[in-house]
Amino acid sequence: MNEHAHSTKAPTHHVSSLAMYFGVFLALMVLTAVTVWVSRIDLGAMNVPVALAVAIVKAALVILFFMHVLHSTRLTWVVVISAFLWLGVLFVLTFSDYMTRHWLLY
Amino acid sequence: MSEVVREGHAHRPHHPFLQHHFEDMGQQHEASTLGMWVFVAQEILFFGGMFMAYAIYRGMYPDAWAAGASHQDWKVGAFNTAVLIGSSLTMALAVWGAQTGRRMVTVWMLVLTLILGSVFLGVKAYEYSVHAHEGLFPGASFTYVDPNPALTPGVQLFMVFYFGLTGLHALHMVIGAGLLIWFIWRAWAGHFGPEYYAPVEIMGLYWHFVDIVWIFLFPLLYLI
Repeated sequence: MNEHAHSTKAPTHHVSSLAMYFGVFLALMVLTAVTVWVSRIDLGAMNVPVALAVAIVKAALVILFFMHVLHSTRLTWVVVISAFLWLGVLFVLTFSDYMTRHWLLY
Repeated sequence: MSEVVREGHAHRPHHPFLQHHFEDMGQQHEASTLGMWVFVAQEILFFGGMFMAYAIYRGMYPDAWAAGASHQDWKVGAFNTAVLIGSSLTMALAVWGAQTGRRMVTVWMLVLTLILGSVFLGVKAYEYSVHAHEGLFPGASFTYVDPNPALTPGVQLFMVFYFGLTGLHALHMVIGAGLLIWFIWRAWAGHFGPEYYAPVEIMGLYWHFVDIVWIFLFPLLYLI
C-alpha cells in the first residue's frame, strides 16, 4: 500500500485474493494433520518442540494472512511484535527462575 | 481498492459512520485496527500467563500430564480444530465481502462463522460432560483414581489447566458469537462497504486471535 496515501483518503487497503484465503485455509488443515501425525510418532524429547513449531507456523499464517498484518502499517507491526516480545520476557524470566531451582525436579 | 475517495472534510457531506474526531475514513480505519491490535496484544499476554503456568507444572509433573492428556480424545480435538480453522476462513471471507462491497457475502459468511463457532462450542460441551462422567472435574466432584494412584493429584492439576484454558477460550467464543449476531444484523442493514469495513476487520482480528489460542491448546492438551 501507499505509505503516503492514508492521511487524506478513504481506506486504500490491500484486498487479498480468494485464492490466497483458500490456500492459507488448506495449509492450516494440512498442518493440523501433520501435527496429529507427528504426535503419534515417538520422537522422545523432540515431540513437544515439533508440536510447538507446527503451531507457531500455523499462528504465523493466521496473523500474516487472515489478520492482514502482512499488508498493515508499520505501527501495527510494532504492536504485534511487541506483544510477542513481552510474551518472551514472561517466559524467559519465569523459566530462568524455575529452571535454576535445583531443589525441584528441574 | 486503490481508488481515491476524497471526502470527510467538515464542511462537506461525509460518510455517515465517520466519527467527528477523525479526519477521514482512512484515518478512522487505522485508529480502529491499531486499537484492536493493542487489545489483542493484551489478550496474548492474558492467555500467556496461563500457558506459562501450564509449562511450569508440566515440567514438574510430566507423567501426570501424559496421563491427563490420555483422557482427551484427539479425534474430537482434531475435528474441533478443523471446525475452528474453517470458521476463521469464513470470517476472513466476511471481511473480504465487506471490502469488495458484496453485502450478502458478508452476511452469509458471518452466519457460517456463527454456525461453525456454535458447532465448536457444542462439541466442547459434549467433551466436558464426558470428563464430568469420568469424575475428572477438579474439586469436590473429582472422583477419578489413576491406574497409578500416585499420579492422581497430578492428573487433577492437569484437569485444572484443561478446564481453565479451554473454559477461558470457550468464554471468548461465546462473546465472539454474541458479537457475530450483532454484526450479522449490521451487515444485513448495509452498514459495511469498501469505505467502512473496519468493524468487520476488527471482529475478524478477535475471531482469528481466538482461533490462534486453540491452535496452541490442541497439541498442548490433546497430543503431547
